[in-house]
Amino acid sequence: MRIFLNDDAHDVEPGTLAAALEALGYGGRKIATAVNGRFVAAPARPVTALTDGDRVEVVAPMQGG
Amino acid sequence: MSFYGVELKSRLLLGTSRYPSPAILAEAIKASAAEVVTVSLRRESGSDRAGQSFWSLVRSLGVRVLPNTAGCHSVKEAVTTAHMARELFDTTWIKLEVIGDSDTLQPDVFGLVEAARILSEDGFEVFPYTTEDLVVADRLVEAGCRVLMPWGAPIGSARGLNNVYGLKSLRAHFPEIPLVVDAGLGVPSHAAAAMELGYDAVLLNTAVAEAGDPVAMARAFALAVEAGRTAYLAQPLEPRDMAAPSTPVIGKAALGD
Repeated sequence: MRIFLNDDAHDVEPGTLAAALEALGYGGRKIATAVNGRFVAAPARPVTALTDGDRVEVVAPMQGG
Repeated sequence: MSFYGVELKSRLLLGTSRYPSPAILAEAIKASAAEVVTVSLRRESGSDRAGQSFWSLVRSLGVRVLPNTAGCHSVKEAVTTAHMARELFDTTWIKLEVIGDSDTLQPDVFGLVEAARILSEDGFEVFPYTTEDLVVADRLVEAGCRVLMPWGAPIGSARGLNNVYGLKSLRAHFPEIPLVVDAGLGVPSHAAAAMELGYDAVLLNTAVAEAGDPVAMARAFALAVEAGRTAYLAQPLEPRDMAAPSTPVIGKAALGD
């Protein structure tokens, strides 16, 4: 299925948010996530199923003022 | 001084953005003696490690972080960003920005109050980036904010305190709420002026980060904040219209015609 992660299209195996993140290189990283504009806490990633066309946001710490 | 029960010695809060290098950022934070630094969160790709290395640097400095919702233009965006920040940085503190105008980065105070209420009810400790408007400040306190952060001038403008009267009024109306001038400061004298008004602290970023020598400027701001605070406690004179001779007139030699 195709998901959009930070606006980029990715083809991933049907499954959970945690599995998609692992497959796309985010394993073990300090990140926060949202799916279709809704925050998904880290403990919920393994039980959050993705569906075709979902929009996933992945953010990390960044400099700020 | 304390924010939400956390005692702090330094009255200077420093942003972490726009420094020439991570090493200069680290040195500037040390030179400023800041105990709180602002951070943000942005998209990161699977191959990019910039965020991870930035976080390692901040952690190595042993400072407390105040995550922001910079760039958010709606309540929903700001609230979702705050939730992501709480998990990412493991803190209930949030510098809440809801921007209403792209040119001045002026806060959307209506959205700000709404987002502050939602987040406060959800256990966040909100540091709202606001204007000096008294009624908005009242609403923010009603919404649960126990710190207020009015702007000095638009973010990054280096204009200093645009509305000294408004900032003085805010201080007088909220003697018990920690007040932080956030944004718009350009030079250390601006920070000293804010502290002389009785403000509890200042928050700045660009004035240090984009100075020719950010480390020296960080030190200069730290000195100015300390000077301004000391002056406030020493009860400065009120300005007056006419001269008042400092040298006593009585006993002056009669040398005229």
